[in-house]
Amino acid sequence: MKIRTLKELLDAEIVCGEEHLDCDVHSACGSDMMSDVLAFVKNQAVLLTGLVNSQVIRTAEMMDMVCVVFVRSKRPTAEMMEIASDSGIALLTTEKRMFEACGILYSNGLNGEKL
Amino acid sequence: MSESIKFHFDVDGGNFVSAGQASVQVKKNLRQLGLPPEVIRQLSIAMYEGEINMVIHANGGEADVTVYEDRVVITLTDHGPGIADINLAMQEGYSTATENVRALGFGAGMGLPNMKRYTDEMTIDSAPGEGTVITMCVYLNK
Repeated sequence: MKIRTLKELLDAEIVCGEEHLDCDVHSACGSDMMSDVLAFVKNQAVLLTGLVNSQVIRTAEMMDMVCVVFVRSKRPTAEMMEIASDSGIALLTTEKRMFEACGILYSNGLNGEKL
Repeated sequence: MSESIKFHFDVDGGNFVSAGQASVQVKKNLRQLGLPPEVIRQLSIAMYEGEINMVIHANGGEADVTVYEDRVVITLTDHGPGIADINLAMQEGYSTATENVRALGFGAGMGLPNMKRYTDEMTIDSAPGEGTVITMCVYLNK
């Protein structure tokens, strides 16, 4: 799924990394616990979270994630956008809640980690 | 590459926001050395978890990364309170992190298990009041 499609499905706003909209994402992970995210390994994944601090972006960077979606209208700070920009990570924000956002992406074919 | 390449970092314990900078730099350095992406990711995640642990539990410490011809070794040294029961600390879900740390997205009790998961070898040398030394190794030719 392209980040552009994901953005439309979630009625999201892109706040950083518009140049990555045509990048593909192959899987998704929804969590506010970064250590749980760090236990999840997939290529070109998107992270959905309601947590807003720099470690969210660093976690995504360590995992080679390409996109982070902030749910419940959370917005990243300027520092987070700077780190994301340096790391080539697209940042989006959506009004939808975590459960709904994950459900929409799952029902449109984006899978989580196969355990 | 017949000789080893070493990187040394001081991890600032006072700033959670900037925690992870050493891991970011290590990731860049390993990329420049042309290591396989999967190996870089394993090492980066393991070091990041360790770096976060040093900031949360030990007021910082030191990280040394040595790249050999056949493996990469990360040594994390701190002078924090030490780990009283290493077997307990290795259990997924066990954490002594404060509520404040949990609110920041860490302290799920996954740090040490993740570090072990992503590396081929890991040893923990620790005693209460004496700090902790964690050594992790990832082999390059598997």
